[in-house]
Amino acid sequence: MENTEIKGPEIACSAGPVRDGTQDGTQEDRSHVFSYRGCDGASSSISREDLDRAFDERFPARMKEKLSAARVAIAGLGGLGSNIAVSLARSGVGHLLLVDFDVVDVTNLNRQMYLIPHLGMPKTDALRQILSQINPWLDVQACQVRVTRENAPGLFGHWPIVCEAFDRPDQKAMLTTALLAQCPDTVIVSGNGMAGLGDANDIRTQQKMRRLYVCGDGETDSTAGAGLMAPRVAVCAGHQANKVLQLILGPDSPVR
Amino acid sequence: MVKINGKEENAAGLCVMDYLRQAGFSPDVVVVERNLAIIPREDLDKVILQDGDSVEILRFVGGG
Repeated sequence: MENTEIKGPEIACSAGPVRDGTQDGTQEDRSHVFSYRGCDGASSSISREDLDRAFDERFPARMKEKLSAARVAIAGLGGLGSNIAVSLARSGVGHLLLVDFDVVDVTNLNRQMYLIPHLGMPKTDALRQILSQINPWLDVQACQVRVTRENAPGLFGHWPIVCEAFDRPDQKAMLTTALLAQCPDTVIVSGNGMAGLGDANDIRTQQKMRRLYVCGDGETDSTAGAGLMAPRVAVCAGHQANKVLQLILGPDSPVR
Repeated sequence: MVKINGKEENAAGLCVMDYLRQAGFSPDVVVVERNLAIIPREDLDKVILQDGDSVEILRFVGGG
């Protein structure tokens, strides 16, 4: 176990590789091998080199270097945030910060990545556990804290890319305003409008301000009666994760 | 004239808060950028729009 506690003035965060704390897998300290129970019930294992090789067969080495070094924060671990985190973990983004105050609820199961055994668990812990079974060697920090205008710059100011994935519109506006005004080195990728059953093609990615990309249809409002359904939420989260990868890998990347 | 979300509007002299209310925006769910600078929430009623200003207003809806 390599978990360390990082204590700020108001918040406690856990940090480190996600390979500990899984239900079905364990990993010996400093080992590059992740052990798990296979589909036949027998004990099995996968190594870090196995994952690297699978990536290398498909993508150039330079891409892996950039992705492994990339640092992305996700604010809100609901339908958008949990889907974004899984996409980025599968893509090999090396350093993630997960922030949410809430615990997994039965109403989350219709669109969020969590499973029934996660009910009642902090979303930060549940998502770390899910990510650990996708890539046990990612550096995943998690903060179970409610984001406010006051703590947002301290939480996110050192992260070059922040995905805004909150549910409430006032929280979205609060975080986006705070980061744009106070964190000059942070690019924000926000979700705005993905409720209901409208055409998935209405969801798009637009650069709205110099350091702000917005994904969504900009219109459908979950607080105005249109419920959130898994497909459109996943489409929007996919837009956000894709923009993050473009920012990390693109030739004109504004990200260090 | 003030350019707001790409459209010229006769809003010079209004404070940003009054413009938002007049245009039907709830001030709690918007991000407002004026001449490439973000206006903090507490300054919305202090900043007066000037002729030639360029303003971007992004309105958030719920869902995530």
